[in-house]
Amino acid sequence: MYSEKVMEHFMNPRNVGEIENPDGVGEVGNPVCGDIMTFYIKVNGNRLEDVKFKTFGCGAAIAVSSMVSEMAMGKTLDEAKKITPRLVAEELGGLPQNKFHCSNLGAQALSKAIDNYRKKQAKGGKK
Amino acid sequence: MRKVYLDHAATTPLLPEVREAMLPYLDELFGNPSCLHDWGDAAREAMDTAREQVAQLIGAGADEIIFTGSGTESNNFAVKGMALAQQSKGKHIIVSAIEHFSVLHSAKTLEKWGFKLTEVPVDRYGMVDPDEVRKRIRKDTVLVSIMHANGEVGTIEPIEEIAGITREHNIPFHTDAIVTAGTIPVNVQELGVDALSLAGNQFYGPKGIGALYVRKGVRIMPLLDGGVQEGGRRAGTENVPAVVGLGKAAELAKNDMASRVKHLSHLRERLLAELPARIDHMVVTGHPENRLPGNASFCVEFIEGESMLMLLNSQGVAVTSGSACTSRALKASHVLIAMGLSHEIAQGSVLFTFGIDNAEEDVDYVLEVMPPIVERLRQMSPLYAKFTKTGKGGH
Repeated sequence: MYSEKVMEHFMNPRNVGEIENPDGVGEVGNPVCGDIMTFYIKVNGNRLEDVKFKTFGCGAAIAVSSMVSEMAMGKTLDEAKKITPRLVAEELGGLPQNKFHCSNLGAQALSKAIDNYRKKQAKGGKK
Repeated sequence: MRKVYLDHAATTPLLPEVREAMLPYLDELFGNPSCLHDWGDAAREAMDTAREQVAQLIGAGADEIIFTGSGTESNNFAVKGMALAQQSKGKHIIVSAIEHFSVLHSAKTLEKWGFKLTEVPVDRYGMVDPDEVRKRIRKDTVLVSIMHANGEVGTIEPIEEIAGITREHNIPFHTDAIVTAGTIPVNVQELGVDALSLAGNQFYGPKGIGALYVRKGVRIMPLLDGGVQEGGRRAGTENVPAVVGLGKAAELAKNDMASRVKHLSHLRERLLAELPARIDHMVVTGHPENRLPGNASFCVEFIEGESMLMLLNSQGVAVTSGSACTSRALKASHVLIAMGLSHEIAQGSVLFTFGIDNAEEDVDYVLEVMPPIVERLRQMSPLYAKFTKTGKGGH
């Protein structure tokens, strides 16, 4: 059902975990559709110094989270914002049709984490 | 790596004796049972024997057995065929909320054709209360269909009591016995049903073959028109090798049932008791006592079924799950939801179904590989993180 790349990321997910005192957090999904993803970011000079995630969900959801974290690592915030579900799916060698929308929320969770960071900044938080 | 097949609810393997019985009908005995020459006679005699074997399995008369192409076809035939045959009397039907889709979707199709449908709820064990059926009977009710047991959670329903109620009201009663016939004792006289579905691939027979018992005198409208096969009730040249296989599987099931039930129940009891002892926040789903001998179904909190299934598969263990992610429609099992489980819990559904080839070592192996899989997924789960930090979200 899944591509080799999806299986590889599912079996060996990158960057699983939480960041202590993260600069931004983004959570998406709900248990009815089946997938919940939380992304944590650490920002240094407008770049993503660290990205970690926790995901409740199917094989695709876990592989997507892992891939997004890998794609985002080291990118500027603006670059990371340009990671779309389509790009993630392409990097993973495709996702099953019915999994595309509900399991492919990783980019959205990352984007929310960046928004969360920017909001905190605007309010005059640290950095 | 050890390979452990624990998905007998999906399908069982073919017994060697069944395969042997089928082979001549794939070779030299290829005749069409409708024909009047020697080739036809041989095929027809084989069909007669098989019909008798299936009838004996469920305490029916041979002339009350109709062969079909699958359990799904049997259910479609029973629900649509019996409702349509009586539509002049009324257009109301009753099914339970946890029926297999082949019953539930047939009932919904009847709804589109102008019938009224009432679903009977179940309790948290997946059990139908006969009184709940009684309450829903109307003057225009022409069919009640309640499954004998549910394959996902293993709960066995009080069919005799329900049949007593439908008989009082003179309403035909069908039961989907696809997961029970050939597995536990099923007798149409004792159950008191008017129609009963069964399928070969649930008890070590071939796939693509089912049967429908219809009590003598009960009306049913054919779904397939054509020749006069199966007493004019199901047209189409019969799948003779599969029919022969179904008959042989029925005979073996009847002979070996007691020892099979004992073996399966033992393995099931071990897993039901020992797995939750090793994994916390794991609940058994289905009825604690009235359940299928080979069925051990659970929900594991804070993680999702498909990822569990995939990691178990990577360890050589085949299981199934009722999570939304494992269904093509991306909806959590309607059975678990009807039992009142939250979507969050239903997402963690995992189902182990034992077969006669499974051994103690298979249980040992699951007990060994399952806890680290759950731990691994929980370490990844934001729900588990939330629970460990706040104590919220557990059940």
